[in-house]
Amino acid sequence: MADMITMDLVSPEKLLLSDEFEMVVLPGAEGDFGVLAGHSPVTSSLRPGVISIYEGDKEKERIFVNGGFAEISNDKLTVLAEEAVYVADLDRANLEQRIQDAREDEEDAKDDETRRRAAENRDHLQQLLDAMN
Amino acid sequence: MANLKELKNRISSVTSTQKITKAMKMVAAAKLRHAETAANAARPYAERMDSMMASLASGMVGREDAPKLLAGTGSDQRQLVVVATGERGLCGGFNNSISKAAAQKIDRLMSQGKDVKVLCVGKKGRDALKRKYGHLILDLVDLSGSKRIGFDDAQPIAQRVLSMFEADEFDVCTIFYAKFISVLTQEVTEQQIIPASIPDGAADESNDVVYEYEPDEEEILAELLPRNLSVQVFRALLENAASEQGARMSAMENATRNAGEMIDKLTLQYNRERQAAITSELIEIISGAEAL
Repeated sequence: MADMITMDLVSPEKLLLSDEFEMVVLPGAEGDFGVLAGHSPVTSSLRPGVISIYEGDKEKERIFVNGGFAEISNDKLTVLAEEAVYVADLDRANLEQRIQDAREDEEDAKDDETRRRAAENRDHLQQLLDAMN
Repeated sequence: MANLKELKNRISSVTSTQKITKAMKMVAAAKLRHAETAANAARPYAERMDSMMASLASGMVGREDAPKLLAGTGSDQRQLVVVATGERGLCGGFNNSISKAAAQKIDRLMSQGKDVKVLCVGKKGRDALKRKYGHLILDLVDLSGSKRIGFDDAQPIAQRVLSMFEADEFDVCTIFYAKFISVLTQEVTEQQIIPASIPDGAADESNDVVYEYEPDEEEILAELLPRNLSVQVFRALLENAASEQGARMSAMENATRNAGEMIDKLTLQYNRERQAAITSELIEIISGAEAL
């Protein structure tokens, strides 16, 4: 058994995940990077993208994060993300429908504030959809 | 006789008040549990953010190019005070003590000749400050719509403060909220969020590890600081929510107890009156009979 790295995934609202994995690939701000046990201490910001967790050669889990930070020290990886969703939990048809809805909201919006919010929502959903591909 | 009827009415009205306060206490207790869990769940994120901030910021202190959110604008002339209170009353001194602390701070700042602006989060704080400082209040953030405080509630507030800061509208921002200690004690807390206060305790342990930074320290810090602001606001709101429910719970418990005491007293009085009425009626009959 290879050495494991402990990963904590925390959002402002709660601790989402805390477990040991063989390898984790993070969407770093300057490109994806893999983290194995014994990685040197790094603090990096993340762009919106997918965290992949590998068990052996297989990709075990894919988690979408909406940007955030990763801190690695002493075989411990901490990911701070404002939002995190398991890619497996996403439903393409549902997402597309919601994007469509958001787009309509944006068009129907009566004031700037609602329009801005709808646009934000749409961008956000689009990112999620991109993560699935 | 009219007196007896009055007493009876009062007893029944106090009884129904007691029912309400009792129900409110139980609702507050249930909500308090939720609020506490939420506050506890939010702790890991805030703690890690603190330690990250500490290790990044300690390297930045004293540098000329340090971000303004950390180092400040170099002046403290223009102050923004964020007053976070509840949306509803009937929770003892909760709203009042926050507004009072904020008002004191505003007075102090104004007597020092500073320019003060106020942003209210929660209706009650605005109501309390409106009369005296109405011209200073910029706006009210109404959270009555959201049943449970989420990060989505905190973010727009932080966003707003941030955009004001970027537009160079103030130098220092302070937030007032009540820290939840226990059901019986809530502590009004004044926290400076801009420029960010560096958490001290965490700095020592994280300093012995030398981190690599990607992209680099400045860029991470530039991204971290606005997020940290949202987290601070979020934490304040969560603490506030727990405090409000705690304060309401103990206030309602007191009210229920007082109502109980009042019912006892009124019932005693009612019985006495009733007995007195019976006695006087009897005397009337007896003396009538004796007269024959």
